Amino acid sequence: MIRRIAVSSKVEDARAESLLRNLKNLFPQSALKGASYVQAYTIDADLTASELQQVAERLTHPVTETYLIEKIPTPRDFSYAIEVGFLPGVTDNAGHTARETIEDFLGRKFGGGAVYSSYFLFLTGSISEPEIERMARELHNPLIERASVYEKGGDFKVIVPRVKLHEHTAVDEVNLGVDDEELSRIGKEGIENEDGTRRGPLALSLRQLHVIRDYFRRQKRNPTDIELESLAQAWSEHCKHTIFADPLDEVKEGIYKRYIKGATEKIRKAKGKKDFCVSVFKDNSGAIAFDEKYLITHKVETHNSPSGLDPFGGSVTAIVGVNRDCLGFGLGAKPIANVYGFCVADPNDRTELFRDREKTQPLLPARRILEGVVRGINVGGNQSGIPTPLGFIAVDPSYRGKPLVFGGTVGLIPRKKGARKLYEKKAKSGDFVVMLGGRVGLDGIHGATFSSESLSSGSPATAVQIGDPITQKKLSDMLIREARDRGLYSSITDDGAGGLSGSVGEMAQESGGAEVDIEKIPLKYAGLAPWQIWLSESQERMTLAVPKAKWTAFRKVCDKHDVEATRIGEFTKSGRVVIRHKSKIISDISLDFLHDGRPVEQQKSTAPTRASLPKKDPAEGPAQALLRMLSGPNLGSISFISQQYDHEVQGTSVTKPLQGKGRVNADAGVIQPLFDSKKGVVLSHGYVPWYSKLDTYTMAAAAIDTAVRNAVAAGASRDYLAILDNFCWSSSEKPERLYELKQAAKACYDIATVYGTPFISGKDSMFNDFHGYTADGKPIHIAALPTLLVSAIGVIPDVTKAITIDFKRVGDLVYVIGDTNDELGASEYGGGGVIPVVNVKKNAKTYDAISKAIQKGLIASAIGIGRGGLGIALAKSVVAGQLGAQIEIDTSKVLGDAKTSEAILFSESQGRLLVSVARNLQKEFEKIMKDIALSNIGEVVQAASLSITLPEAKVELPLPTLTESYRSFFKQW
Amino acid sequence: MKNKPHVIIFSGYGLNTEDETKTAFESVGATADIVHINELIAKPSLLLKAQILVMPGGFSYGDDTGSGKAYGNRLKQHLGAEIEKFLARDTLMIGICNGFQILTNAGFVPGALLTNDSGRYLCRWVDLEVVGKSPWLKGIKTLSVPIAHGEGKYFAPPETLAQLKKDGAIALKYVQGETAKHFNMPANPNGSLENIAGITSHDGRVLGLMPHPERAVRFTQLPHWTYLKERYVREKKEVPTEGSGLQIFKNAVNYFI
Repeated sequence: MIRRIAVSSKVEDARAESLLRNLKNLFPQSALKGASYVQAYTIDADLTASELQQVAERLTHPVTETYLIEKIPTPRDFSYAIEVGFLPGVTDNAGHTARETIEDFLGRKFGGGAVYSSYFLFLTGSISEPEIERMARELHNPLIERASVYEKGGDFKVIVPRVKLHEHTAVDEVNLGVDDEELSRIGKEGIENEDGTRRGPLALSLRQLHVIRDYFRRQKRNPTDIELESLAQAWSEHCKHTIFADPLDEVKEGIYKRYIKGATEKIRKAKGKKDFCVSVFKDNSGAIAFDEKYLITHKVETHNSPSGLDPFGGSVTAIVGVNRDCLGFGLGAKPIANVYGFCVADPNDRTELFRDREKTQPLLPARRILEGVVRGINVGGNQSGIPTPLGFIAVDPSYRGKPLVFGGTVGLIPRKKGARKLYEKKAKSGDFVVMLGGRVGLDGIHGATFSSESLSSGSPATAVQIGDPITQKKLSDMLIREARDRGLYSSITDDGAGGLSGSVGEMAQESGGAEVDIEKIPLKYAGLAPWQIWLSESQERMTLAVPKAKWTAFRKVCDKHDVEATRIGEFTKSGRVVIRHKSKIISDISLDFLHDGRPVEQQKSTAPTRASLPKKDPAEGPAQALLRMLSGPNLGSISFISQQYDHEVQGTSVTKPLQGKGRVNADAGVIQPLFDSKKGVVLSHGYVPWYSKLDTYTMAAAAIDTAVRNAVAAGASRDYLAILDNFCWSSSEKPERLYELKQAAKACYDIATVYGTPFISGKDSMFNDFHGYTADGKPIHIAALPTLLVSAIGVIPDVTKAITIDFKRVGDLVYVIGDTNDELGASEYGGGGVIPVVNVKKNAKTYDAISKAIQKGLIASAIGIGRGGLGIALAKSVVAGQLGAQIEIDTSKVLGDAKTSEAILFSESQGRLLVSVARNLQKEFEKIMKDIALSNIGEVVQAASLSITLPEAKVELPLPTLTESYRSFFKQW
Repeated sequence: MKNKPHVIIFSGYGLNTEDETKTAFESVGATADIVHINELIAKPSLLLKAQILVMPGGFSYGDDTGSGKAYGNRLKQHLGAEIEKFLARDTLMIGICNGFQILTNAGFVPGALLTNDSGRYLCRWVDLEVVGKSPWLKGIKTLSVPIAHGEGKYFAPPETLAQLKKDGAIALKYVQGETAKHFNMPANPNGSLENIAGITSHDGRVLGLMPHPERAVRFTQLPHWTYLKERYVREKKEVPTEGSGLQIFKNAVNYFI
């Protein structure tokens, strides 16, 4: 029987207020007056009247809330009500918690029933019908949610979003004995259903399908659907990184092996005994030594395509997903920090775009994408109790089609427990295959192959998963606090891309095979076909190998932590992955073919021809230009994010995301992972995708240089610094783009090997393209700028020596370190010219000298000079310190070839820092820097103004103007 | 001298600040265990070993159905009587952030925590003034500690508020102190009634507060420590090592010694 409980507030309700505020901002013309909020729980279970009442009491705060049963409390006066709830099968965390509360109270489980949450928003004011329809659209995302609009006096329908699947749950044979045209269709559009519809792209090439066909011919049969789907996912670009792995031009071993892994191998060899890498490129995260007892791990992931469809769900999944890459490192590392990055279009961009020619599938507005992805990391990170010390927003029109959502997680793991190495794992033949955590639904099916395709009208809504951070937190506690250290399992990995097919397939390599009974896998709802169960990317799941003798103890720990664990099969040494359905074998593929059967593709690239960027209009003066950049989304404050992401939890915070009195966002953060050790971890990022307009080699070189520089500014040193690469490319089928990729990868090798900063982990996402239609129905292709995010992680001996960016004391001397050249190309300032070339040997010396000066306590503030150049570094330092600066730069003070005021202030020449130094330390500081390009350009002053005298201009900007400008872009967010 | 006290810190279902809370207690000499609520439900006698109970911060049940509600229900239903027995001894209990929300929902301290006025989760430092009497707050006048919450706006109906005042049970208030002045931020971060940040019950032995003292026990946790350090160094003063939240934990331990 369906029952409904409605809970409303007896006191002022900030939820209603904040929704009202948002709607008023979005609809300034409307006569919207007030709003009230009612939370509803629709219960699909048998409860007695008295049980129902007691349940309602438990869902209501006695002091501030009140409830009604079977009725929705309506305000005396309202024009419309909007109910927003989820679509069937979408993760409903509030419904889930309500169910647990009810079950706990009843002392019995629901069985097949469920609780569905929704909310009603009652609006007052004379709102027109078209207005209320538009408001309803603002309040929900039709891919995952439903909204109903009610007029006053109408009945509030009871909606039960129960999943009803009439899908075909048998296992089908797929006939590959067809012509190439049909084979290609299978690859592009998927396996054909009985009714002629297709199951969605397998992203298999004709050549790959030939290899698969031949394999099964040798087996004297056709593949089943589950076999073909498994192979498609195992061979996908997402899982096998085919573009990085396969030969490209003369690079026979592939660019990953030569340039990325190759760099790390060379560096490790050169470092010899000082090599700090412990586990790189082979596990879910990369790990370096922290001290004698602990390792730190890092991994950065992207979740781009789903974030374009459901920004909130996509980004919550990005962060809780990468948390599992931490939990899945070795036998499980504890997540100790999250980082994020959002590459998006200008949120004020109102251009309408559609996925289909008929314009029935609009892309979400740029603003809603940013709002959604910000909220996703908020929920995912905060609820998981993991601090977020660092992140960024980068804006470019090329991210309008698909946003890039980066999520990274740093972990901490003891090297050993007793004699067992915790950073190594191996499933053994005879161990149970155990699925842990959430249950399986249709979520994210074809996620792995989907991200290998560009976003278009065929993109399945089921490609979207929504994370449930609390289910995962329970799992995390259970593993890290108990099961890991008690040695209750021998291997673990994350159920990410490709779900069980990925995780079991991967772990089967450790033991030499696996057998699974598909009907033992617990489902969220009935009606899933075996291939769907096997490929589902339902979240919060991990696969473990549990020795038979440990099962009872393991199960007990799971019960205590309220985590579901199911034995779904056994690891073997048969050399095969075998799946049974009702004791019939439905999939039987050799491990060799599954993992190494993919035909290698020889890739060819061609150098692109480039038009130079247009020169910038020179009418804008340097002061105006500085304020323009400072008030833009790339350089302006993102304090609205920093303040809503908990960076204090775990008590490890040392330097904050917002630094100085003026609270300016820093590009590095320091944490202290262990309370009884002064050692710290420095995290930083570097990204300059805009340079890709001119040259991707330089783009990649500058991204690494920037990450290293930002880390050094915060107190890290080059000799204990590792980096991670995240390539987000577009149109990777084009030879020109492949050429650019090869150049960028080569830069990674060239720069990292000189800096001695090994790559420890990386990821790529190669098709960040959007193919759709404009408002007037014209086809449009938007390709994201080739983007490389470099994340650096370093260990420092003493956190009390960490440095922040704010000017600290009046009278301190201000220095620019490094050469300023006329390199304004693709800069934030704008215009043509050349892009900054990285002089890596010279910069290495500069960074080492700075690290030494910081360790000696000679530097009061330091900031890497990056996007926006010296002008922005000065502005950020004064705004952060809320102190003025008197700066004089005549030509003798400019080291490098910059001549014009614009070049001096805004050139983005690499390898530079801006520091402030106490006067009494001047001599000692200059002595340490004696072989380094160093220019004393002025001092910190009490007068609340930034005054810069240049060879041909003077900039005089009051501190309040700078501060206001810096905070302006996202002020209303 | 009596023995140093033993602390039990609740965990499970999304609580997440157990580790730093344990560290804070241990650093001042207590022994502390993190215990899953289900273990306590299965074996309530574990409470007999403890002198201090901590309901730590976190995100129990994701704040779904209201912050602290689901965990509060579970606590009250399965351990309510046991905790009353625990408090009948001369013991201490603290609820921090989500722990405070849980204690209000379970009825161990009065009032409620509502969604912040901004409608949004907020992480920043605040300054607190001690206005009530509690063993937890002995000798403290002001302190600066971080908050991190979405539902931290303290609310009590007029009659409850009057009673709290009469009992001297309002423990902590947000004030424009050192960090709010330094960063030019408002004193009250969430719209709390009469700037209330924490309250007590049971003669001050139970303290509920939204801010996180366990994240303010070291100097280098302060939001402006790099600035302060430069000042101390230039003035040739010793650079401190502790944060002002630590005294709360020292007080709790000293209560039993």
